Amino acid sequence: MKYIQVFIIMEKSNYKIAVLSGKGGTGKTLVSVNLAAVAKDVVYIDCDVEEPNGHLFFKPVEIKSQDIAVLIPTVEEKLCDGCRKCVEFCKFNALAHINNKIKVFDDICHSCGGCLLICPQNALREKPKVIGKIQKGISEDVVVISGMLNTGETSGVPIIKKLLREHDEVKQFIFIDCPPGSACTVMESIKDVDYCIIVAEPTIFGVHNLNMVYELVKLFNKPYGVVLNKCIDGENPAEEFCIKKNIKILGKIPYDNELGLINSNGLIAVKESTHYKDMFDSLHKKIIMEVKHETAINS
Amino acid sequence: MKQLLILSGKGGTGKTTIASAFIKLAEVKAYADCDVDAPNLHLAVKHASEEKKTDFYGMNKAEINTSLCSSCDLCRVHCRFDAIDTCPKYSVDSFACEGCGVCEAVCPMSAISLKPAVAGVLKLYANNIIFSTAKLNMGSGNSGMLVTKVKKQMMDAVSETDLAIIDGSPGIGCPVIASISGVDMVLIVTEPTISGISDLVRIIETAEKIHIKISVCINKYDINIKNSEQIAVLCNKLNLPLTTVVPYDIKAVKAVNDGMTIVDIDCASGQAVKQVFDETIKILFS
Amino acid sequence: MKIAIPADEKLIDKNVYPSFGRAPFFLIYDIETKESIFLENSAALSQGGAGIKAAQTIVDNDVEVLLVPRCGGNAADVLNAANIKIYKTINGSIKANIEAFNSEELSILDEIHPGFHNHGKE
Repeated sequence: MKYIQVFIIMEKSNYKIAVLSGKGGTGKTLVSVNLAAVAKDVVYIDCDVEEPNGHLFFKPVEIKSQDIAVLIPTVEEKLCDGCRKCVEFCKFNALAHINNKIKVFDDICHSCGGCLLICPQNALREKPKVIGKIQKGISEDVVVISGMLNTGETSGVPIIKKLLREHDEVKQFIFIDCPPGSACTVMESIKDVDYCIIVAEPTIFGVHNLNMVYELVKLFNKPYGVVLNKCIDGENPAEEFCIKKNIKILGKIPYDNELGLINSNGLIAVKESTHYKDMFDSLHKKIIMEVKHETAINS
Repeated sequence: MKQLLILSGKGGTGKTTIASAFIKLAEVKAYADCDVDAPNLHLAVKHASEEKKTDFYGMNKAEINTSLCSSCDLCRVHCRFDAIDTCPKYSVDSFACEGCGVCEAVCPMSAISLKPAVAGVLKLYANNIIFSTAKLNMGSGNSGMLVTKVKKQMMDAVSETDLAIIDGSPGIGCPVIASISGVDMVLIVTEPTISGISDLVRIIETAEKIHIKISVCINKYDINIKNSEQIAVLCNKLNLPLTTVVPYDIKAVKAVNDGMTIVDIDCASGQAVKQVFDETIKILFS
Repeated sequence: MKIAIPADEKLIDKNVYPSFGRAPFFLIYDIETKESIFLENSAALSQGGAGIKAAQTIVDNDVEVLLVPRCGGNAADVLNAANIKIYKTINGSIKANIEAFNSEELSILDEIHPGFHNHGKE
């Protein structure tokens, strides 16, 4: 009897795809917004909470807003005996003891909860302080979720954590528009994704920063590919870098005034012309094939 | 000495391209790159001397001595930053650790301690021209302190001079705020896109909280004239001076890729930036 | 009465340090006894909240007046809560500033700049 071996590649029920770049202005939002728009029935999450821009393109409706707060300590003065263990413990210097009262500096506090644990009199409680918000809405068939950090607040990480863990949307593809760079906010954004699309532009600055973010995705063991944006004739240092390092080039978007104009007006290119729709459609197909292939290998 | 800071709000507006042009035009004796997350200025302006590196220590990070660890899980339960990994043994994820010390305090076995951790590197190039920069390691937070050190490193190394130019970072967070502190003037470089305008409003809000001179420069103004006009109206309403506008210029990209600034070649953006420079210096020293 | 001044080095003839929170030392000068002590500022190495920690040091040393070129919002909050008066220094040495204070030539510092993390003070 012949045995026939059959390999079945199980598709995942959902794929989280991060779009990132080493520097701002390379086209992360252009790529993530247009991919989400052409893909249909997907979720778009904007993790660039300091400067969120995706919602400007999608103009979502039926918006539900949720404040995001961190916990800040408060003192029950009657219970405080002025021992100062909290002031001495705080590694961020967010507490001071003056005239027998403990003063808390909300903006310095990192909400670690340490002072509450350390107080021998149990004199500290916590209260929420709003640092930003999450807005969820719909734009045609895309669920648009944006995180926004209030000006003056220092860390967007708590908002990104909430964005990515609690969105409860069940769609097959989730596109995550990441903050630029490689700092803690970017790491938080890509931590649990299945694939990373790195957008790069053909300038010396672009390559330098492409290298940085390439190191980051490798460090996190994420499968990745590059989309070259704003391509012009002549040398493309970003392309040369990818070829040298054997990085998969998923697609090339040529620099073009019309695309620049559409984008600068906050319009979604794939909705404005069939030319761009076709371009992003084929980029999308290529990416999905690549994502499914890479995640199947890794599972 | 006057300090001029160049900021953008949104990334990719041309801040570093313009900063490098200013550095050439002013023949400054001191300049710094405060975009410690993604420093680029050294690619645009070549400095002759060797770099002097200094490690930058950020917050201490927790470390678990596994030989003392009893796997009681108290550290993980109390850690608010998800920085305790348990597989295969209890260990600290140094990227997530914020150095708060809670795990050290709750550990019944005294198995956890906070240790100094290198979070980046400061670089100083010094001959008769001082260039101060730094690179923050991947995943680090706390860039405000490193930005402050970049500026201090420049100030400590420089002798008498009139002007220092600082290339800032994009965004509105801690590193931007740290870079604004102590400067005499901020030039905000923006672009006429919806995203650029949205980010411009946020960076103006951030900069206005500190009383310094602010000026706005629209780069690549001709990619969308309507939006450029909108920015002009906004600046007028906020009483912020608007500089000469700078056109999109393909020669600029080529110049930078060839290691030159836009004022080293003959191009439209270079011509415009020369005027922006004159206007800015006039306001700075007035 | 004790006054405090941020210092770069432990020398009264040297210039006042340009800021408060991260000054390497503080000179604590007793106007009556003319005694001076240089304290090391532990806040100088802090990642954040340096102004707060430095102000705490000043409060804890029974200082009544602080002479500084500039001061952040957070430090000012601590100092104000402790009723410590803040005067603006003039260009020059620590010694010159003490003399200026004694001759009532210094004015109160009224431009408190927002701290790096605190922006609600306008």
